[in-house]
Amino acid sequence: MAPHTEQLTRPAVRLRGLTRSFDGRTVLDGIDLDIPAGQFVALLGHSGSGKSTLLRAVAGLDHEVVGSGQLTAPERVSVVFQDSRLLPWRRVLDNVLLGTDGQERGREALAEVGLAGRERAWPSELSGGEQQRAALARSLVREPELLLADEPFGALDALTRIKMHALLRELWKRHQPSVLLVTHDVDEAIVLADRVLVLESGRIGLDLTIERDRPREEYRVRLLAALGVSVGSG
Amino acid sequence: MSAVTTTVPVVAPEVSTQVRRRRRLSPGRRLPAARLVGPVLLLAVWSAASAAGRLDPAAIPAPWTVVRTGAHLWTAGTLPTDILTSLERAGYGFAIGLVAGVALALAAGLSRVGEALIDGTVNLNRAIPTLGLIPLFILWLGIGESFKVAIIAIVVYIPIYLNTHAALAGIDHRFVELAEVQGLSRFAFVRQIVIPGALPGFFVGLRLGVTGSWLGLVVLEQINATSGLGYMMFQAQNYGQSDVILVGLVVYGVFGLVSDSAVRLIERRVLSWRRTLSS
Repeated sequence: MAPHTEQLTRPAVRLRGLTRSFDGRTVLDGIDLDIPAGQFVALLGHSGSGKSTLLRAVAGLDHEVVGSGQLTAPERVSVVFQDSRLLPWRRVLDNVLLGTDGQERGREALAEVGLAGRERAWPSELSGGEQQRAALARSLVREPELLLADEPFGALDALTRIKMHALLRELWKRHQPSVLLVTHDVDEAIVLADRVLVLESGRIGLDLTIERDRPREEYRVRLLAALGVSVGSG
Repeated sequence: MSAVTTTVPVVAPEVSTQVRRRRRLSPGRRLPAARLVGPVLLLAVWSAASAAGRLDPAAIPAPWTVVRTGAHLWTAGTLPTDILTSLERAGYGFAIGLVAGVALALAAGLSRVGEALIDGTVNLNRAIPTLGLIPLFILWLGIGESFKVAIIAIVVYIPIYLNTHAALAGIDHRFVELAEVQGLSRFAFVRQIVIPGALPGFFVGLRLGVTGSWLGLVVLEQINATSGLGYMMFQAQNYGQSDVILVGLVVYGVFGLVSDSAVRLIERRVLSWRRTLSS
C-alpha cells in the first residue's frame, strides 16, 4: 500500500473495490470511494454495517481480516478512538507526544484544545471530555493529512459533545486535514461534515453533500430515511 | 453499633418530617494505628503472663529474657555473623531469581516461540514443590552454599515470572493498537507500553518473591547448614534454649517486614500514577 504519485486532483483517500469479510460474512462489499484532500466526511450506518471495519482498513489496523481491493491513504494518518486511550502511566504531555518528540509542539497542541497548564497531570485526573481533548491533541501533534475518528464523542455527555463538535470543526478549519468520522449520530454528521456517507450492508447507500446554507432538517430526514428510520409521521 | 436515630431538622415551612437515619452496615471509620493494636496486645498479654509466673520459662521465656539474650548474642556471640550469612544467601538467591523471573517473563510474553518454550516449562517447575528438590540439588551442587542459593532462586523466580507474565499477557489490546497507530518501533513499544503496563503485576510478584526468599532460607538453614540464623536456632533446639530460638524468629520477622516495606515503598514511588486512582 505505497502512497501513489498521481499528481492531478490527487484524492487523499482512494478506495477501489474494497472488500472485507469475517468468517465468510462479507462486511465491506466492493467499496469505491475518493476523499479529496481537506474534505470532512462523516460515515453513518447501523451498528454492524461495517463502518468501523472501513475505518480500521483505512487506518491499516485490520491485521487478520480477509479482504481484497485497492486502498491508498496519505503517509501521515492519525486516529482518534471512542475512548481517549491515554496511557495511564504517562502524564498528559507525554501522552500527546507518544511516538513523536518536540515538547514545544506538544504544549501548543494542548493549548489548542484548551488544556494549557495540564501538561503534568495524569490522565486519571482529567474529566472524560478533557481526556478526549488530550486525545485530539495527540492526533494533531503529528500534523496529519488524514484524521480518522471512530465515534470519538460517543462516550461523552450531551453538553460536552456540543463543545467538542465546535472544537473539532475549528481544528479542522485551521489544520485542513481530510477527516473520516465514523458516527451513528445523524445530527453530529450534519453539524460537522461537508459530506455524509451512509453505509448499508457493506456498500455506500447514500452519498450526500452538505450545503451549509440549506436547512438541516432536510438532510436529517433524507439520512434517517436512508438508515431506515421514518420521521414526521408520528 | 447502636441504632442511631437522629432527627434532622428539615427546612420546610409547613411540614417538618423526621428523617430516621439508616442503620449503617459498613464497619465504619478505621481505628488509629489499627495494624499495631493486635501485636501490642499480644505482647502485653505475654509480658503479663510471664511476670505473673503463669508461663513455663523453659517453653516460653519472658519478652525481656529474649531481648537480653538477643543483646548478648549480638555483642558476645555469633549473631552478627549468622545474620550476615543468612542475608548473603537470601540476597544472592533473590537477585538470581529476580533476573531469571523477569527475563523469562519478557521472553515468554513478547514472542510466541518464547511462550511455547518457556510458559509450560515454568508451570511444570511450579507444580514440583521446590523444597522437594533439595536432595537432588545437594547431590548436584554439593552441600555448600550453591545449592541453597539455587533453591532460593527457584522459590523467588516462580512468583515473579507468573505475575509479570500474567501482567504482560493482560496488557490492554487497545494500547497495542494505539502503539501501531502512533507508529512506535518495537523497542519503543516495549519500553513505553509493555514494561510500564506490566509493572503492577511485577511488583505483586516481587513482594511474593521477597517473602519466598526468607521462607526458603528458614527451611534450608535448618536442614544443611553450619552457620546462619537457622543453624543457630537448630543448635539452640539441641540445648533447649528457647530464648535463642525466639531471637532467631524475631530476626526473621524483622527481615521479612523490612524487605516487604522496602518493596512497597519502591512500588509506591514507581507506580505513583496509580495513587491518583486509589485515593
